[in-house]
Amino acid sequence: MSSPARTPDRAATLRDAVGLGLAVGLYGAAFGAAADAAGLNVWQASTLSLLMFTGASQFALVGVLGAGGSALAAVGSALLLGTRNTVYGVRLVPLLKPHGILRRLGTAHWTIDETTALSLAAPDRRLARLAFLASGATIFVLWNVTTVAGALGAAALGGTARAALDAVVPAAFLALLWPRLRKGFPEAAVQRRVALGGAVIALALTPFVPVGVQVVAAVAAVALAGRPRRREVAA
Amino acid sequence: MTGTALWAAVIAGSLGCYLLKLAGLSVPASWVEQPFVTRVVDFVPAALLAALVAVQAATSGHDLVLDGRLVGLAVAAVALALRAPFIVVLVLAGAAGALVHVVAG
Repeated sequence: MSSPARTPDRAATLRDAVGLGLAVGLYGAAFGAAADAAGLNVWQASTLSLLMFTGASQFALVGVLGAGGSALAAVGSALLLGTRNTVYGVRLVPLLKPHGILRRLGTAHWTIDETTALSLAAPDRRLARLAFLASGATIFVLWNVTTVAGALGAAALGGTARAALDAVVPAAFLALLWPRLRKGFPEAAVQRRVALGGAVIALALTPFVPVGVQVVAAVAAVALAGRPRRREVAA
Repeated sequence: MTGTALWAAVIAGSLGCYLLKLAGLSVPASWVEQPFVTRVVDFVPAALLAALVAVQAATSGHDLVLDGRLVGLAVAAVALALRAPFIVVLVLAGAAGALVHVVAG
């Protein structure tokens, strides 16, 4: 048995991890539906949720394919969105200390927004490890189950329901973006400026470039963020 | 797009995204934790997700189009601003899109 002082911490960590997993599960269903709308079959949708396992990149890949973009543009936008997981990994190493090749390979697979946020918020290293494993396992299972449900559910739709699905997909992207623009997110005003810039670039290029390329090109809007406010001395 | 090309995108994208994750756990922190790198990475999602919202809601191929998707998006934005849960946002957006589809024929 753990000591009484520790038990509430563990319980709170597990509760947060499972709660987040349940919320993320809904996004999995939306992803499955978006993948179906983009013309992917349920195996392809599942492969993405099993192997790629990073929501924004998965949505981007099927979003570009669904718009009629090339495989290259789809993969490019997924990879651009995947770069933040590299930064997360760097921040998780001192906390999780994944020793050994197998543990490192496993930790890498579950290095995503939610597991990183919960691990970094944990009060100590032991709880950080627990938060990472509990949230990773919950999200991985629910994300994959709901992906299949969403893909099969969307595949069964017809007519008016398809039109509803067409409207659900951009709304799901907006819901993914929204928390970054909301007050309280670091530099929310700058995030809003960059987001607006990205949307304008994408729409302005749409008539002129191969479909999908405008999404990748929108990354240029990052320049609107300007230099970091705090100048750190580079090593 | 052919099934093979779709599979190629699925596999290449998955492998690439996994390697990006693994790189963070494997390269020296000083390579990544540079002001310029973290600055760019912090803002990539806003730029790309917003571009995807715009393309998904208001384009078809090379054309800009106004249809039920944009109405659904507006409804979703209002719902998000009112802090509606995710599922409510999607249901309202879908209902708005379907309504436009029915009304516009």
